[in-house]
Amino acid sequence: RAPHVLGARRLAKKLENISDDEEEQEVLEQQSYVAVLGAGAQDSCRNGPWAGGGGEVYSFQTPKRSGKMAELGMFSFLSWSNELLVGSCLNLLNIYFLVPDFHSESESEYSASCSEEETPKETSDEVFDRKTPDKSRVASTPSMKKTPAKKLKGDKTSSLVEEYFEAHSSSKVLTSDRTLQKLHSRKLDQQTLRDLLSKAPPTFGAEMKELSQQYESLFSKWMLHLHLGFNILLYGLGSKRDLLEKFRTSLLQDSVHLVVNGFFPSITVKSVLTSITEEVLDHVGTFRSPLDQLDFIMKKFKEDSSLELYLLIHNLDSQMLRGDRSQQILAQLSSLPSVYLIASIDHINAPLMWDQAKQSLYNWLWYETTTYSPYVEETSYENSLLVQQSGSLALSSLTHVLRSLTPNARGIFRLLAQYQLENKDNPSYPGLSFQDFYQQCREAFLVNSDLTLRAQLTEFRDHKLIRTKRGVDGVEYLLIPVEVGTLTDFLGKEDEDV
Amino acid sequence: MRVKSILLSAREGSDWTVPGVGWEGFRFFAPPPSGVRTRPLGGRGREWTVPLREGGGALRDEKKLPPSPNAHALAPPPFPSFPYGLRALAGGSRYCVHVRREGWANMSTCSVSKGCFVFKPKSKKRRIASTADYFNDSKNDSEDSGLRFATCESLWKQIKSETEQIQEELNKQLYDNIIRFLRRSHSEFQEKKTEWTCRMKSSEIPTAALVLGVNVTDHDLTFKRLSEVLQDNVTPYVVSLQAKECPGIRHLLQKLMGQLMDCYVEDDQSEEEDYVTVSKKRIRCSLDSLTDWYECVTKKTDSETPSKKRTSSSRWESPPIVVIFKDMESFTTKVLQDFIVISSQHIHELPLVLIFGIATSPMIIHRLLPHSVSSLLCIELFQCLSCKEHLATVIDKLLLTSKFPFKLSEKVLQVLINIFLYHDFSVQNFIKGFQLSVVEHFYSQPLSVLCCQLPKAKKRVNSFSHEQCERIRSLPSFRRYVESQVSEKQIALLTEDNFVKEVTQILLEDLHIYHENYFPVLKCLHIFTSSLPKYPLGKQIRELHCACLEKRVWETEEYESALQLVRMLCKADLVAMLQKCVKIFMSFPGKEFGNTVEKLKEFLAQFQNLEAEASKVQDEPMSSQKELQKKTDLYHLQKTLLQLKDSRSKKLTKFEMLRFEVVDFIDSLVRNYLAPAEMQTLHEVVYFSAASTLCEHLNAAPRTALHTALNKPYFYLKNQALKSDAGCFSNKAPDICIAYKLHLECGRLINLVDWLEAFSTVVTAVKGTDADSVASDEVDEIIHARFIRAVSELQLLGFIKPSKRKTDHVARLTWGGC
Repeated sequence: RAPHVLGARRLAKKLENISDDEEEQEVLEQQSYVAVLGAGAQDSCRNGPWAGGGGEVYSFQTPKRSGKMAELGMFSFLSWSNELLVGSCLNLLNIYFLVPDFHSESESEYSASCSEEETPKETSDEVFDRKTPDKSRVASTPSMKKTPAKKLKGDKTSSLVEEYFEAHSSSKVLTSDRTLQKLHSRKLDQQTLRDLLSKAPPTFGAEMKELSQQYESLFSKWMLHLHLGFNILLYGLGSKRDLLEKFRTSLLQDSVHLVVNGFFPSITVKSVLTSITEEVLDHVGTFRSPLDQLDFIMKKFKEDSSLELYLLIHNLDSQMLRGDRSQQILAQLSSLPSVYLIASIDHINAPLMWDQAKQSLYNWLWYETTTYSPYVEETSYENSLLVQQSGSLALSSLTHVLRSLTPNARGIFRLLAQYQLENKDNPSYPGLSFQDFYQQCREAFLVNSDLTLRAQLTEFRDHKLIRTKRGVDGVEYLLIPVEVGTLTDFLGKEDEDV
Repeated sequence: MRVKSILLSAREGSDWTVPGVGWEGFRFFAPPPSGVRTRPLGGRGREWTVPLREGGGALRDEKKLPPSPNAHALAPPPFPSFPYGLRALAGGSRYCVHVRREGWANMSTCSVSKGCFVFKPKSKKRRIASTADYFNDSKNDSEDSGLRFATCESLWKQIKSETEQIQEELNKQLYDNIIRFLRRSHSEFQEKKTEWTCRMKSSEIPTAALVLGVNVTDHDLTFKRLSEVLQDNVTPYVVSLQAKECPGIRHLLQKLMGQLMDCYVEDDQSEEEDYVTVSKKRIRCSLDSLTDWYECVTKKTDSETPSKKRTSSSRWESPPIVVIFKDMESFTTKVLQDFIVISSQHIHELPLVLIFGIATSPMIIHRLLPHSVSSLLCIELFQCLSCKEHLATVIDKLLLTSKFPFKLSEKVLQVLINIFLYHDFSVQNFIKGFQLSVVEHFYSQPLSVLCCQLPKAKKRVNSFSHEQCERIRSLPSFRRYVESQVSEKQIALLTEDNFVKEVTQILLEDLHIYHENYFPVLKCLHIFTSSLPKYPLGKQIRELHCACLEKRVWETEEYESALQLVRMLCKADLVAMLQKCVKIFMSFPGKEFGNTVEKLKEFLAQFQNLEAEASKVQDEPMSSQKELQKKTDLYHLQKTLLQLKDSRSKKLTKFEMLRFEVVDFIDSLVRNYLAPAEMQTLHEVVYFSAASTLCEHLNAAPRTALHTALNKPYFYLKNQALKSDAGCFSNKAPDICIAYKLHLECGRLINLVDWLEAFSTVVTAVKGTDADSVASDEVDEIIHARFIRAVSELQLLGFIKPSKRKTDHVARLTWGGC
């Protein structure tokens, strides 16, 4: 109990210091940053659509509320766990929202929970009592905070820079140690996620429809611009896939067009070029390099002026296409007068992909299309999901590949999988050495020579089912590059089948 | 070996593929059934496309498919039994089975197995959609859109050819200089080839360093034109190399030889062709082989030229090989060094000339190349015209002329100039912006049909319909005009179409005359203001032009101060300026300025007379000087000095009088002719003023847009629930906005659990009342899913990324708001 109390006390002390000085400062700095951004925005797009909202857009909460909520947040965290650090709770529950009377309600609720759950009751209550008047003083004088904020404007940029380096200088991370393991529904796979989301009520349907109708009225203008030698680039929040699909189905039905899903995890420029050479130009043959292929395409398009191609690229800024070489090739492709490119970008840093030369090749006309529609397809591939790596795709591919193999081959794979599972707790498990593996397979009457085993392994390797590694002693180690959970599931399924 | 059949499962709206695995070991036992198309895939194997039949019937007719998106909602036809068993054979030959249901697949572009989808129109007879079809603005589909588009196109063509001509003229000097340089360096090569002393020297490669300035985008055109000029005048062997094509010396040589042999092929096609194609493959890319090739080629042409090509005297014997390095700064040092060292060894046999395109400063040569290498070069520097001068010429030729009916308003011009000055210095982009404004103007302004040459415009007015007349009436400037008329005329203007047409013709003519007068006077005023200290009205004529377009220039303070300064000019300057003005007015053909020119000439004559008179006047000050010397008394001295001063301020010299007259005259010119365009009636017809559109399309701010969308959804979604006072944030906002707002509060790393907790607190607060029903440690699954979606969307947008520094943490990638 002793360290417990101590921890809470230390925390309280810390809180006191922080809430008085640091928090105040924080609010100031927040505001000064706001000022910077606001000013910048107003300067840069005086004529833009933001003319009205430049400054307002960036404004944050009134300091009064933020102060109080922060305090509440702190205590709610206190009641949840003792090992919280100040930083995270200050930051994370510093939420502002419009709920009438939420403040008074929750205050009582939180203090109640404090007294129920916390063992060192007295300490925390004491802290609470001591702090409340303190806080309310701060909260009741928000105007005090605002005045120095204006003074700070002069060195706002420098303070912003310092802030950045301050936050990045210490390697210590001030966040709580809680993990998703503790939650019940910690991981969802793709399917359940979809099901759950379909249950969630759609929001702002009418408004979103209005937005998209507004953009749809621009379709003919897009075509005009495309034909005049410009290329169209769509940006703004929300998936632009549906919009482009609608554009495609309504205007491009009578012309040759190529749709590229940039968000597809294994898309490459080569596959784009190959689609053009093989399916649009009906060319049979291979090329030495993408550059050769590009030259070929450019030559073909220049020779035959009747050739026309509409190129729709969803997410031109995706992981696979954002490389310099890819962009160069696509830019050159789009600079052809009879190739009409219409693309979308989402990443905030997407424009950094292009230097002046590429931009002039692309010859963009920017169109803002903020749709707010969810990025369903764009985030549906597993690699883009952050929270839950279910491995169901890996599992299904495993099952399907193995189903097409001979029982012996399956047996071989099972052996390897079982061995790997037995060693799952060994962090430095290098894999099963080939010799041992051969021995085991022989004993199980699965192979009769190491040549047959090698032939089988080649098969596995081609499907990326196993990986081989050479150890320091030159011995070949075999490893299945699949997560333990997936592997267990797989073996369980296999057992069911048999 | 055992054979196992594969089940193909179907998913609606997408390709039917073997789930999970794209590549498989499959083989058709039977030859492919009819209707199955096969296609080789990039690596090994083939792709099979199987047209599926609806219930075994005929292929579904695509044309009957409703084009509406709810085609997806139709139940898919049952998957037919596949007649030929699709069997898989382990270890057999490899195929990729890719079953796609045609017709349905036509609608869909999502698949787990591929990312590119090609669609070809089904009907062979393609509808020829011309650009004009898209010109129709859906809002007001007027009958004259075709005519407008034609006007727009012809105007743009004119402008484009004009700009090209400008470019040509500006660079002519440069090209001439380079050709002269080539000729000189080459003659050395030919004359002194044999002399031993010069052999030592001739290991130097003649090099032209071409300083082009930072506007990289304009360089392409310059180089393209340069190589054309060189090919026409000097040598067929011109090679352009770009840094990105030459990561290594091998690639560089490959590219070099490839281009050389190509141009050789183009030169004389018939017999050489097989030789070249063979050699192209076979020859190892080295300078030795290049030398051999060159010798071979020159020998041949030498023998042939007497019969064939003596006519073009510009072709020289043993023409030099010109290698252009388009972007010298981007080349890797090693490649450049190697190439220079190697080629300097061969310079006696191979007359190589290098041209470096430099964007920064000539110093870069010495920074890239060590002394040992740069001493192998004999560098001569050429300076390209600076982009600012280029822009000034373009503006002068395109905007400050009444030749083209289309005009830019002050704001639009300002936007274009700002993009030029603050973003890229690219004249090319300026012209692109100009093109966009032309298109936008003709697209959005229905009356732009009148934006053509005056006689044509008058004719078009005559054939106007009632609707179009109404449009004229609704123009703000025309309304202003109507209001200023007497009441009978007002009624006539508002009711009789014919009268409106008549008046419009007159007004168009007025507008035309206004422009014809505006530009000479503007140029004249610029002559006076451009040399004043501190440039109160700007140094460049474009600034003066903007100032005049913006408002009445004579009412501004800057104009006042400029005139003050002009009043202090010395005689020599004033005379020079007046002479220039006379020249300008003479060069404009309008008769309007006959009087003005005469008046100016009169002024000049008076100045001449002044000089003659000056000698007579000289006596007076001399006498006063003498008087001054006589007085010794301090009081008297002061008095006389004061008297002198008084008399000086009261009595102006003749020169000063004249100077005032000149200034007043200029002032009257300005007041008469430099009224802002917005005050002219019907200015909407020819002036494009939608600066915001232009800015939005050319100089977009995607990050600001994202931030606005996330931070203030009400800006886009006009829902009352989202409307909030400044400073507060509605908790009914879209999920991603809430998640974004929360993440702004965090530092470098964000704990997902805490984030989720905070998110669900905010979201459940929406439902408002029953916060208690949700158990404290149990998070609603749907909210969890929504959170996951929001987080992965934020990841896609680049605000966060997964981090391995701490479990279940993500790193924040943007900064601010913390």
